[in-house]
Amino acid sequence: MNYLDNIIKPKQANQNTLVIFGSILILISFLDVVLLSVFDINLTGSSKGISFFLPLLLGFIGMYYIRFDHTNFPLINRFNKSLNIDWLNSIFTLLSIFVLLKFVPLILNWLIFDANFIGTAKEDCTGGGACWVFINVWLKRFVYGLYPDSETWRINLAFILLFVTIGASYLAKPKFKKYIILFLLFVFPFIGLSLISGDVGGLVYVETNVWGGLALTLIVSIFAIIFCFPIGVMLAMGRRSELPVVKYFSVGFIELWRGVPLITVLFMAANMFPLFLPEDVFLDKLIRCIIGIILFEAAYMAEVVRGGLQSLPKGQYEAAKSLGMGYWRMHLFVILPQALKIVIPGIANTFIALFKDTPLIFIVGLLELLGMIDLAKTNPKWLGFAAEGYVFAALVYFVFCYSMSRYSQKLEKRLSTER
Amino acid sequence: MSSKIIELKDVNKWFGEFQVLKDISLTVNQKEKIVICGPSGSGKSTLIRCINRLEEHQEGTIIVDDTEISADTKNIEAIRAEVGMVFQQFNLFPHLSILDNCTLAPIWVKKMPKKQAEELAMQNLKRVQIDDQAFKFPGQLSGGQQQRAAIARALCMEPKIMLFDEPTSALDPEMIKEVLDVMVDLAKGGMTMIVVTHEMGFAKEVADNMIFMDEGRIVEKAKTKEFFDNPKSERTKLFLSQIL
Ligand SMILES: Nc1ncnc2c1ncn2[C@@H]1O[C@H](COP(=O)(O)OP(=O)(O)OP(=O)(O)O)[C@@H](O)[C@H]1O
Ligand SMILES: [Mg+2]
Repeated sequence: MNYLDNIIKPKQANQNTLVIFGSILILISFLDVVLLSVFDINLTGSSKGISFFLPLLLGFIGMYYIRFDHTNFPLINRFNKSLNIDWLNSIFTLLSIFVLLKFVPLILNWLIFDANFIGTAKEDCTGGGACWVFINVWLKRFVYGLYPDSETWRINLAFILLFVTIGASYLAKPKFKKYIILFLLFVFPFIGLSLISGDVGGLVYVETNVWGGLALTLIVSIFAIIFCFPIGVMLAMGRRSELPVVKYFSVGFIELWRGVPLITVLFMAANMFPLFLPEDVFLDKLIRCIIGIILFEAAYMAEVVRGGLQSLPKGQYEAAKSLGMGYWRMHLFVILPQALKIVIPGIANTFIALFKDTPLIFIVGLLELLGMIDLAKTNPKWLGFAAEGYVFAALVYFVFCYSMSRYSQKLEKRLSTER
Repeated sequence: MSSKIIELKDVNKWFGEFQVLKDISLTVNQKEKIVICGPSGSGKSTLIRCINRLEEHQEGTIIVDDTEISADTKNIEAIRAEVGMVFQQFNLFPHLSILDNCTLAPIWVKKMPKKQAEELAMQNLKRVQIDDQAFKFPGQLSGGQQQRAAIARALCMEPKIMLFDEPTSALDPEMIKEVLDVMVDLAKGGMTMIVVTHEMGFAKEVADNMIFMDEGRIVEKAKTKEFFDNPKSERTKLFLSQIL
């Protein structure tokens, strides 16, 4: 009688025994799922149709027994607090774990255990998993596009210089820091661009047609990010201006550019815009596209920044004015530093969206990373590796976007002066 | 000591249809201290905000330090730089340290070298007794400390005139005194001051003249002693009986 009572209603006194008993039940339930999904062995002997029901039941009972307010096992306490709060919670926990146990092995198999890494041709991929040989062989193209092999050192040099200058800006004294940053933002991009295109000092000229891959993704994004930001800020300020001309120009500009799809903008930049240019003026297609992206994203940036401007109390404007600051000084020193800080998440959002929009330049025949992958996967010798290509692209994009996201969070923390 | 520094003549102002200021005429001499009181919505804030053109008036003339203030005033910034203002809500710049709050305008408006601006700031912070808080941010200070920092910030522009718009009404009672003490000290130092406040103890101590406003008009202007001992208008009497 007493014994039965213990089983139905967990008692504090028998806690240790019950926790161990419950944990064993839970482990059996997990083991069953793993064996079933990975090795196709059916531990509990249930029929295939209800093969997940039995482990669920076992796990459920197990979790019921370990659900004490406080046990002697810190790990169990933590588990109870977050994943085993009540019976409903325990069911969701079990189901989530089952799903992970079932699919993670499959994914890992495809990605790693059954995959082929070494080789030079499609025929080297004999495993059932991913064919990373495809990425390996094409890597150079994915990074540099169709840029001539003999000249890729120029791209490398440009990016190495970029990283060195960024590093220098971190190490420099505060006095020089702002000059380095200004140089980085508004001078360096053009140096890098001439180095890569080769219209300086005896370098072989490389037409933008053959630029591509990750290098192009970065070139387009860096230029667009650097220039859409100040233009967006000016538009946001313009939209709140008391001068009707400035105000309506800004409103018109923002609404117009926000109202068209980026793909249209790019198409127009590439194909229609030259028709409006005088005969002897030549603007490279890539430059036209970058300008299109800059103006397009500036309209979004403007609205993000305007949100920040609007969220500042009127008193901040009045205090700045009462100290004798004019419009520009007031905005530069008082309003924008606060407004921009508030909208850092929105700014990061826009930059990340911009970065992920760059593949759209394929519409005008420019092939950045994703475009190159698309090209490679249609190569007759390499048909059928789209998945590998897209997984690779996703990974690269994720690394960059996640870095931007992390950086923005760090910046937000660093600039915080509140309470 | 009776050279006038501010002169308002027949000033009228509307917010849309609603007339906030009606035929306001007023002269303020150098070193004079004026306290303005009156019920809520009577136009006290609007009046002093017209003096540094945070609000525009539509009729009449306002002359500050020999310059008429109007829509054509080119150098409104130069005038504002001479007229310090202290707000009810402090309006410190939250992204800057207290020291930077104080040096910002001297450096960028008056083109003062940074070092000199910092010395001046520390002097003024010492004067309002928060020099030990110079490197904190506004959000880390108490209300009373913030308001004193705001006063120091205004003083760093070395203004000829100081305007106060209910500087103590957003403060907890125990902090009011520390701010009023600073203002009394400032008054004794010879600053020209126009103060909107309901702190009648302060008014009695420092004001040369009192102004009572109601419904956009100056109902009564009198020497301080006379104002409290022997108010002429019925409305003033009623108002004083309510707040004293
Ligand atoms: N920007 C504005 N637009 C429209 N009406 C306004 C504006 N600012 C003030 N008012 C109105 O003008 C009148 C006078 O306002 P003001 O702020 O000068 O009063 P006050 O005497 O300072 O009152 P309080 O003691 O409440 O501060 C009020 O009725 C107010 O509603
Ligand atoms: Mg007021």
